[in-house]
Amino acid sequence: MATVLQLQPLTAADFKGKVDPDWCPGCGDFGVLSSLQKVLAEMNILPHNVVTISGIGCSSNLPGFIDTYGMHTLHGRALAVATGVKMANHKLNVVVTGGDGDGFGIGGNHFIHTIRRNVDLLYVAMDNQIYGLTTGQTSPTSRKGMKTKSMPYGNVEEPINPITLALAAGATFVARGFSAEPKHLANLIKQGLEHKGFSFIDVFSPCVTYNHDNTYAWFRERIKKLEDDVSYDSSDWHEAMKRGLLWGDEIPIGKFFQRTDLPSLHEAEPLLDQGEPLAHRELRIAPEIVRNFITELM
Amino acid sequence: MDRTFAVAIGGAAGQGVATPGDIFAKIFARRGLHLNAYNAYQSIIRGGHTFLTIRAGIEEVTCFGDHIDLLIPLNQDSMDRHIGLMKANAAVVYNSDTIKPGSLTQAQLCPLPVNQLSKGSRSKVEQNTLALAASLRMMGVDFEPLAEILTEQFMRKGSKVVTENLDIARVGYDYAGANFQPFAFPLPMSGMQYAVLSGNTALAMGGAAAGVKFYCAYPMSPSTGVLHWMAAHARSAGILVRQVEDEIGVINMAIGAAHAGVRAMCATSGGGFALMTEGLGMSAMMETPVVVIDVQRAGPSTGVPTKTEQGDLWQMLGAGFGDFPRLIAAPTDILDCFRLVPEMHNLADRFQCPGIILGDLLLSEGRSSVDPKQLNFDTEIDRGEMIVSADPANGENGYKRYKITESGISPRAIPGVPGHTHTAATDEHDEDGVLISDEFTNPAKRRAMMDKRQRKVLGIEAAVQPPVLIGTPTAEVTLVGWGSTSGVIREAVAMLNEEGISANQLQIRWMVPLHGEAIVNILKSSKYTIMVENNYSGQFARYLRSETSYVPDGCIRKYDGEPFMPHHIVEAVKEQLACKTHKTQQLSVPVHEIMV
Repeated sequence: MATVLQLQPLTAADFKGKVDPDWCPGCGDFGVLSSLQKVLAEMNILPHNVVTISGIGCSSNLPGFIDTYGMHTLHGRALAVATGVKMANHKLNVVVTGGDGDGFGIGGNHFIHTIRRNVDLLYVAMDNQIYGLTTGQTSPTSRKGMKTKSMPYGNVEEPINPITLALAAGATFVARGFSAEPKHLANLIKQGLEHKGFSFIDVFSPCVTYNHDNTYAWFRERIKKLEDDVSYDSSDWHEAMKRGLLWGDEIPIGKFFQRTDLPSLHEAEPLLDQGEPLAHRELRIAPEIVRNFITELM
Repeated sequence: MDRTFAVAIGGAAGQGVATPGDIFAKIFARRGLHLNAYNAYQSIIRGGHTFLTIRAGIEEVTCFGDHIDLLIPLNQDSMDRHIGLMKANAAVVYNSDTIKPGSLTQAQLCPLPVNQLSKGSRSKVEQNTLALAASLRMMGVDFEPLAEILTEQFMRKGSKVVTENLDIARVGYDYAGANFQPFAFPLPMSGMQYAVLSGNTALAMGGAAAGVKFYCAYPMSPSTGVLHWMAAHARSAGILVRQVEDEIGVINMAIGAAHAGVRAMCATSGGGFALMTEGLGMSAMMETPVVVIDVQRAGPSTGVPTKTEQGDLWQMLGAGFGDFPRLIAAPTDILDCFRLVPEMHNLADRFQCPGIILGDLLLSEGRSSVDPKQLNFDTEIDRGEMIVSADPANGENGYKRYKITESGISPRAIPGVPGHTHTAATDEHDEDGVLISDEFTNPAKRRAMMDKRQRKVLGIEAAVQPPVLIGTPTAEVTLVGWGSTSGVIREAVAMLNEEGISANQLQIRWMVPLHGEAIVNILKSSKYTIMVENNYSGQFARYLRSETSYVPDGCIRKYDGEPFMPHHIVEAVKEQLACKTHKTQQLSVPVHEIMV
């Protein structure tokens, strides 16, 4: 029975979680979830070969709404946990999801180091420029001047630019999507999953409850797809930085940058070159190697 | 009677204290002598004062002892710090070109005219090799074992360097024969051959024996040695080793790896552990086992990074918010560091909870001889209830990761197994992993899940043996210690018994589960109990009191950064017994006489 099922093409419905999302009606995160489910089905990746890992926050509830192996970890720590998962079993497809506070605030350190390591996983940040689950405080990507419960007189700090930060840290795949552009987003997710290395997609995912500045309409007026510019070369890092810095009347979305010449962390690790993933290896060390360990001490 | 021999080498960091130390240790161990070594050092790369003591004997040597038989000061500072503590029958071997004895001493002074002997050679290594060779001659050791080790040591620098070193060693050896009085008792020999290892190496090797496949760490003294062994042996042992950006990343990465099915471990010291505490709770809530080694150093905060203390017990007991089952054990010696690691992994896997190994600098950076047969890599491995491949009998589709069971243990499927997808969450969740922290919040379910996890405590208690009293039960005094103080208390007990004060010892290895009732049953029949701890507030005494209401008659505590020496305990016991009619609890805080 199970075998027959696997021969059937998968559909997004095969990735439907045990419960329905409890996000606010109209939340941008719905678009991210459905795009992810759709692409996983299209790519015929079986649910048990995927681990969806998140931190804490509205968007970090996503693993509960998708049928894969899931880990709903600590605030800001998803990328560290995901690195451990990928190292222990590099044959798994690892998808990390979370919000801007989770990823660029409390998890900022892991963000730059996971990029630097080029861990082969897809990281989708649902960036709504606000803290939602804690009911509306300034986030690391909240624009300067934005009024929130934690900065009622307006944010005096400059926001983080996740795109240029990722590029500067050495990310090998950097993209930006918009949850109201599901086809475009799905295409980025597909490319991200196919990319061998760290794939980062910052997704504008409007918070309809707490962010009245960065609304669907606000984004729609500004976004411009990089793909529409035929001259744009996503292998040009400097050009990617230039486009990444654009913010205002025109905000680019699409694939900013990709390079495929660097090995991912597990590819760079000779221990994982051959044989089963670590999780399925023999626990005992061969007696002759043990003998060497002890001889060294004598 | 003390039949051990202790040699001490003092110098500035960077002056090469370690190499002659290693050579002594190897020569002793290859002669079939047991040894225990402790290096008192400072958080400095060049300069300061480093003082390495290596004590050897035919019988097991459980601590670095009270006396030094042979002092090798490599600079004037080391001579000045230690000459005053040297007894008659001891000897001091030093470079007389640069070092003067200073104060009067009963010990034999053995000046080496290094410039003359080395024909004006430049190298500081020559001074050390001369002193090493002269010392071995005085101990009655043949030249061959030294030649063998020097050859091994300098082989990679080429045969010329080997020959130079052998020549200078021969000069020192012969000079001592002609000019210095040998020690009254030549160093004995046995048919054994021992391995010499530090506690950090033992912990790392214990991990390898336990089948650890993922190890990660952030460098932090005095636990870094675990990372070093792991990194150096990673490829041959098949262990993936990662250095991570901080200890928060460390524990989260380790839990991620463990969740995907490997045995994962990490080590740190108190400060790094503080960063790990949120992760510890995640391990408990997701029921993903992880083993964390905390190597204690003198706190609080950065404290004294290169000094020892047993000051982290309450941090371990209270780490993480909320109630959850955990395991905490403190290894009692260096061999126990090796043995405890697989034991802890087995229990952490069986009970799907965090396991903490509470070591300290005294063990981690101390070294001791171990019979190589004791380093058993065929130790039992019990991964607990794990589902690693699809099996219809495991109830595909209906799989509940957090199934409520009598034992509180729910079979754990690892990612990749068909038919068992689920989400492991740090939010409270139902049997099937669905969150019950939001719209499905339900007090009855929350209580059932808390009860399920906490039921594991009963199994944990049954899985660990209660401690036993060592020595005669009717003794006049019972010394209670925990973890690393085992060896020094054992020697103090032997010294007290020799002096006619009957003493016994209760050494606690498992902090959680504690077996408080069993401990109190032992202590109730003791005549006078003293708790010996390397900390200020008596953390274990306070813990035992909180669990059992038991209050000991006296306490001996030391918190100056240095470990206990046997005489510290012996003298404090005598003081306390002399006025044991006191109604209030007695406290002794021995003074560390050696300025290191």
